Amino acid sequence: MSTYVGEAADAPKFQTAAKSLVADTQVRHNVRHATEVIRAKRAKVVGEMADWQELRESGHEIKEHVLRHLDFYLEQFETACTAAGGTVHWARDADEANSIIVGLVKAQQAKEVIKVKTMTSDEIRLNVALEAAGITPYETDLADLIVQLGEDKPSHIVVPALHRNRAEIRQIFLDKMNLGELSDRPEDLAAAARVYLREKFLRVPVAISGANFAIANTGSVCVVESEGNGRMCVSLPKVLISLIGIEKIIPTFQDLEVFLQTLPRSATGERMNPYNSIWTGVTPEDGPQEFHVVLLDNGRTKVLADREARETLDCIRCGACLNACPVYRQTGGHAYGSVYAGPIGAILTPQLQSMEHSQTLPYASSLCGACYEVCPVKINIPEILIHLRHRVVEDGDAPWIEKMAMKAASYVLESPEHLDRARKLGRIAQRPFATNGVISHLPFGLDAWTGVRDLPAMPDESFREWWVKRERETGR
Amino acid sequence: MSSARDEILERVRDAMGGSTPGREAEYAAIPRNYIRMGSLSPAEKRDLFVDRLHDYGATVFYSREGEVAAWVADALKIRQKNSLLIPRDLPRAWLPEGFSFFREGASYEEVDRSEGVLTDCALAIAMTGSIVLRHSAGEARRALSLIPDYHLCVVFGSQVVETVPEGIEQMKAFAEIPMTTIAGPSATADIEMIRVKGVHGPRTLDVILVS
Repeated sequence: MSTYVGEAADAPKFQTAAKSLVADTQVRHNVRHATEVIRAKRAKVVGEMADWQELRESGHEIKEHVLRHLDFYLEQFETACTAAGGTVHWARDADEANSIIVGLVKAQQAKEVIKVKTMTSDEIRLNVALEAAGITPYETDLADLIVQLGEDKPSHIVVPALHRNRAEIRQIFLDKMNLGELSDRPEDLAAAARVYLREKFLRVPVAISGANFAIANTGSVCVVESEGNGRMCVSLPKVLISLIGIEKIIPTFQDLEVFLQTLPRSATGERMNPYNSIWTGVTPEDGPQEFHVVLLDNGRTKVLADREARETLDCIRCGACLNACPVYRQTGGHAYGSVYAGPIGAILTPQLQSMEHSQTLPYASSLCGACYEVCPVKINIPEILIHLRHRVVEDGDAPWIEKMAMKAASYVLESPEHLDRARKLGRIAQRPFATNGVISHLPFGLDAWTGVRDLPAMPDESFREWWVKRERETGR
Repeated sequence: MSSARDEILERVRDAMGGSTPGREAEYAAIPRNYIRMGSLSPAEKRDLFVDRLHDYGATVFYSREGEVAAWVADALKIRQKNSLLIPRDLPRAWLPEGFSFFREGASYEEVDRSEGVLTDCALAIAMTGSIVLRHSAGEARRALSLIPDYHLCVVFGSQVVETVPEGIEQMKAFAEIPMTTIAGPSATADIEMIRVKGVHGPRTLDVILVS
């Protein structure tokens, strides 16, 4: 079985990709602007909630509870959804999910599908599979449309085109929508998308969605959105296919009372997003008359098996950790080489891929903890990052210089005598490099450190040496 | 070869070391120390709801019971509209003379050509300015409140609850009926994080708040 996460397996190392992206001042400007706006809005609407910490705690506990009983809740969801007229399919990996969905679209003899923002479909490269089968997918979320028409990749979980500014978006729309004229005012760009997609909403017979929540006790599915493209996709076509990762299950309808408070405030800094659609199976005379759910594993059960990293699956994809992350805010999402960027991407991507790839991602962090602080379901991302770094080392894939340094450190710290000797040796060894108590350039292999910061030189006398001398002199 | 379903469930159980007992008791013990019930007076609750609606860019008309038709007429004059679509069971008493109202049943294309839609709602949530549409007879099938560019919605003060948990408590009673929560007109901030009112859903939302 092969598990893949978008193109992540072929992506360059984070450090390599980040270097060139950090040099792109336009992208950096766009990313910084967007993340600053969302952070300020989020801080305001989170600040007005007297019970924010209690909501975070409950959200975390509900999700952890689901994971402990996931087999039960998956079966309960299947039973309820089926009883309401839906059909539930199960997909072990990306290829299986793609072939199920392509088969369902082909059964309708449809040549086109409309899609509402689903990261999971990007994860399994669904659009590639659809196109290979002669089916044209239309992304309908404005940002996804910008990414699709620009033949680009998403760079943020919630705002996938935040690396683009209005001038770039105007050019993409002019090139791809057959428009004579178009200004770069956001209102006009949104209106162009409205006209471009309206005809497709009314005509295309099959839609593909993701889900924010799949509710076990009622079999309902909830899609959270802003533009109305989600409502269009889940309400108008004859057939609706929802691709749902198995971790998206929540036990009861009641539990929405927690997540519908924490998700919009964390994701876009709104008290509530403009639209939530909740539906259960098929409703006679209203909406799609054929409804399919594809429950996707694609590596999630492997994450589940790692007790220390399991809570990665609590994620409700709000993107708050991306906006808060000092690393993401410098590099943008493309450096992560995955549809899941930022801190959550740095822990999710390598785990889904069973650590074969994306091994540099757990290092794409300064472990400052900002991601944990803003997470609405309290995922301890820094702790999982450290755990995954440990796994990378255990797998024997740490850089040789790090392994040598760690071996040396363990010898040096073994006994006071070793430490003393190493100190004396170090004082001699640093002479060619130290100036005025500072080392600015280390030789090859160690220059990665001094390339971006100075190292204080070792002092002529250590505390221990001073102490021994003092005792000798005072005769104590 | 076992089915994908069986295999995934087996992987889940393997990952967790078998099925875990005590599910129901464990679920009941989940801490829920957040605020469930609101504490505002009816007037404060209404003001909060209106404040939120204004924040989203919706317009609010204050009506008394029995004056709904007059306010519908005013809203239509302000918006320069002559006709609206309405759901099957919308009260006749809400419809003013001098305008055309069409009961639902039209094709998507016809709905798309309409000037707008008038609906009631199932409930509303003050804290988030949310209006909940239950897509049963009174509140119209989903397409009707979605495709037109103008949505005029009648909300009774007695339908407004304060907190999200209070709202969900009511919504779960009709969980099997499709529902939509609406917080202002459709919007996007996908371009440079500038909020643009109106993308695919109705670009204008007017609310008649009946006390």
